[in-house]
Amino acid sequence: MTKNSIIGSNKTKSTVEKAAQAVFTTCAFFAVLAVVSITLYMLMNGTPALFKVGIGEILFGTSWMPTAKNPSYGIFYVILTSIIGTVMSILIGVPIGVLTAIFLAETASKKLAAFVKPAVELLAGIPSVIYGLLGLLILNPLMYKLEIMIFKNSETHQFSGGANMISAVLVLAVMILPTVINISESSLKSVPEQYKAASLALGASKIQTIFNVMLPAAKSGIISAIVLGVGRAIGEAMAISLVSGSAVNLPLPFNSVRFLTTAIVSEMGYASDLHKQVLFTIGLVLFAFIMIINVSLTRILKKGEKSDARK
Amino acid sequence: MKMRKLLAFIATVALAAGTLAGCGSTETAAADETIVEEAVTEETAAEEVTEETVSDLTGTVKMAGSTSMEKLANAVAESFMIVTPGVTVTAEFTGSSAGVESVIAGSVDIGNSSRYLKDSEKESGAVENIVAIDGIAVVVDPSNTVTDLSKEQLAKIYTGETKSWSEVGGTDMPVVVVGREAGSGTRDAFEEILEVEDTCVYANQLDSTGAVMAKVASTPGAIGYVSLDVIDDSVIALSLDEVAPTAENIKAGNYFLSRPFVMATNGEIAAQSEAVQALFAWLTTEEGKAVIESVGLITVD
Repeated sequence: MTKNSIIGSNKTKSTVEKAAQAVFTTCAFFAVLAVVSITLYMLMNGTPALFKVGIGEILFGTSWMPTAKNPSYGIFYVILTSIIGTVMSILIGVPIGVLTAIFLAETASKKLAAFVKPAVELLAGIPSVIYGLLGLLILNPLMYKLEIMIFKNSETHQFSGGANMISAVLVLAVMILPTVINISESSLKSVPEQYKAASLALGASKIQTIFNVMLPAAKSGIISAIVLGVGRAIGEAMAISLVSGSAVNLPLPFNSVRFLTTAIVSEMGYASDLHKQVLFTIGLVLFAFIMIINVSLTRILKKGEKSDARK
Repeated sequence: MKMRKLLAFIATVALAAGTLAGCGSTETAAADETIVEEAVTEETAAEEVTEETVSDLTGTVKMAGSTSMEKLANAVAESFMIVTPGVTVTAEFTGSSAGVESVIAGSVDIGNSSRYLKDSEKESGAVENIVAIDGIAVVVDPSNTVTDLSKEQLAKIYTGETKSWSEVGGTDMPVVVVGREAGSGTRDAFEEILEVEDTCVYANQLDSTGAVMAKVASTPGAIGYVSLDVIDDSVIALSLDEVAPTAENIKAGNYFLSRPFVMATNGEIAAQSEAVQALFAWLTTEEGKAVIESVGLITVD
């Protein structure tokens, strides 16, 4: 009897183990399945238009008139807008974000940090549509005043009412702040205490220590913060669709512009046939961009780990 | 079958809402309840009528056509199926020309078209039954002193030739051209009627009527176009060629920025199936007109 029961319980044990293993594997494959099916779906839906319209014409065409009698589907300006918009917002957002992270991790008094830290965390939780609304109600009217001042006597400028590239870049810059701050801060905090102590002991000032010791040591974390910021900026749609004006133009500061994301969002509702397929192609382009960013992120992180190991 | 389930669901929600409203003690709740009760009475009345006059009316009505008429077609289909439960109305949205083609080919009973039928289409047997008129209003922000534009002036504004309001009799203020995204029915209609297809230069291409209203209302010098029914105090609706955008003027055919919503049939209505005839008859009843007005359109007499 006893023998039997032991064997029985062993059996149950191994069954449970096997079942658990199967459940874990299934769950893991679920994520993989999602990625693979999305990739396949995007490729299947995005590539036909590339060949129907012509790869060069889509990617490097400058005229976007999808519903015209002789439709043209050039998304060059849209791609350019997404790239320049993202780069500009990174250029504005990253210095502010990294300096805020330094403030939080190093220089802030406990009281101040206790005030700033939750504020940053709150910023991360605000839905993007709220950023867009604020941009629409506050930023756009300001930009319009500036636009009227600058282009008062211009014959050629088309007034956009403040819905322009600058508004979109500013909104994006604010939106990537929480990502950049949080990741930079934790990477700064994970720099070994000895580095800082050694630097200070050698007579370096606090500022010298931060910029010459702490920041280089936290480099890989800050780079990954930037890359994640790029990912957030390039993938954002809701907020910038409200502030950018959504007309397809060369991405000049005061032009109304359309990003890759807003191009899909704004026209998917009524698009049909080839127009719809081209929107999928835009999705594919965006997908490719984000893939490239992700791959480079993993590369950078791996490199960072290696160089850390060498130290 | 699907539609019926949906209807049942809607009815359940309506009932639940009525019950919930009944729980409240505010005036609005009371009002809601009355409306629900009225609706119920109306429904019963309609059902009684159906039983008496067309009690054995069963069949299907297939519609296809204009995407601009989607709201109207869906509203008509839903409401008509409530009053004549035996008839199933389906609607597809393939575009005006495709809709008329389908009705001529006989694959659908009604071809929805948001433009007048072409002579060639009429020769092929399609009959133009105008069921409603869609009006488009041109709106500017409240600070604008311009109250009237000619067709030519409007076209020049939208093609980018006119850049300042001073050129059309207003103050020296830049024109901010606001429009809808490519594919929008309102944009199609606007550009088609104004004959500025594919030549418009938009500074803002917004993807909803509400966004256009908000942008125009908040931007000095902005001009936009929206369906007539959404006009409110936040914007000024311009008169065009000295005709104000009112339902009366549109019915009289004086306001040029309007288009007919046609439900084309293959041959006269009298030659259609009973279900189709009943649908057209219902559209001219008070109830049918109320449905047309509920989606922001102007009824025809």
